[in-house]
Amino acid sequence: MEFRTALGKAMGLGPARSGTHHWWMQRITAVALIPLTLWLVWFLSRLVALDHPAMLAWLGRPWNSAMLLAYVCAACYHAQLGLREVIVDYVQQPAVRTLFLIGVWMVLAFLVLLAFVSTVKILAGG
Amino acid sequence: MVQFNLPPHSRIKPGKTWPAPEDAKNLLTVRVYRWDPEVPDNPRLDTFQLDRDRCGAMVLDALIRIKNQIDPSLTFRRSCREGVCGSCAMNINGRNALACTKAIEDCGETLTIHPLPHQSVIKDLVTDMTHFYAQYASVQPWLKTLTPAPADRERLQSPEERALLDDLYDCILCACCSTACPSYWWNSDRYLGPAALLQAWRWIADSRDEATGERLDSLEDPFKLYRCHTIMNCTDTCPKGLNPAKAIAEIKKLLALRRE
Repeated sequence: MEFRTALGKAMGLGPARSGTHHWWMQRITAVALIPLTLWLVWFLSRLVALDHPAMLAWLGRPWNSAMLLAYVCAACYHAQLGLREVIVDYVQQPAVRTLFLIGVWMVLAFLVLLAFVSTVKILAGG
Repeated sequence: MVQFNLPPHSRIKPGKTWPAPEDAKNLLTVRVYRWDPEVPDNPRLDTFQLDRDRCGAMVLDALIRIKNQIDPSLTFRRSCREGVCGSCAMNINGRNALACTKAIEDCGETLTIHPLPHQSVIKDLVTDMTHFYAQYASVQPWLKTLTPAPADRERLQSPEERALLDDLYDCILCACCSTACPSYWWNSDRYLGPAALLQAWRWIADSRDEATGERLDSLEDPFKLYRCHTIMNCTDTCPKGLNPAKAIAEIKKLLALRRE
């Protein structure tokens, strides 16, 4: 038996006072990814043309490594924001949802970390 | 996870087929979702044959004819029969609409009528609107001010300020939009849905209202507002031609602007 009013149920736990930052960053990263993805396509076309030492030397230049890191950061951040929406939409058990959200965050954060470590290694001379 | 299949007791079975009137030349087939809470059985889809020449122009006319002439147990809500009350919202040939303003001739040879999607069914085409109305009440749809009303006149609005409320105040709360929204299907317990959000925006946009900040605060929530992913089924289905998706976008815009 449940005696909660319909209005009480509709109001639930009240507003969480968040969501706008997520929404805004999703748009910012989406816009940023347009030029960054074009750059990535150009980068991948070079990847085919150059041999390994030449590519390392090319990536060792600050502008190139910075662009690559910018792409990885924007893409991973955008993916984290987007996957969060998918999980929140479709996974309804709170415990499973939290587990998924943390899991996605950790995997993408690790990918960003990996990208930084690899770039530092290249910048330090392989 | 979200349930993509209906639970076993909600799956629709084929129902009764009623014979066509013998003298009818122009037949209309109407398939209607039936479920009776007093009969422990799954919902079924009954098939009725109507003489099109003796039936009115609108889908509601067909339903009324079925109820009057064939099966008086058919249950549906209707009142104004002119798109003002919002009672006869239902799913007609896969799209939410008001039965009273949906012309039969726009629907092809067969009408297939279901209750509004993803709502609890009370009987046949009647769904439980309690939560939907409670969500509307939760946006506090009334004028909130600190300034007392002028002693000698009403609270004034310029024609331009009044024009901002056009296409917002016209909502009849039929629930076509909210029940067409996938986000509302999956999370209606916490997502307010396009109808309630359109009304929330109606009071935010009102130049006389002084609770804009409070209203925005109460919407700033990953569920209440931000389950909207601009799918735009709401705008597509609205029988009054309103644009709830735009209203929701305006709310999001104000929330983003006030942070800058």
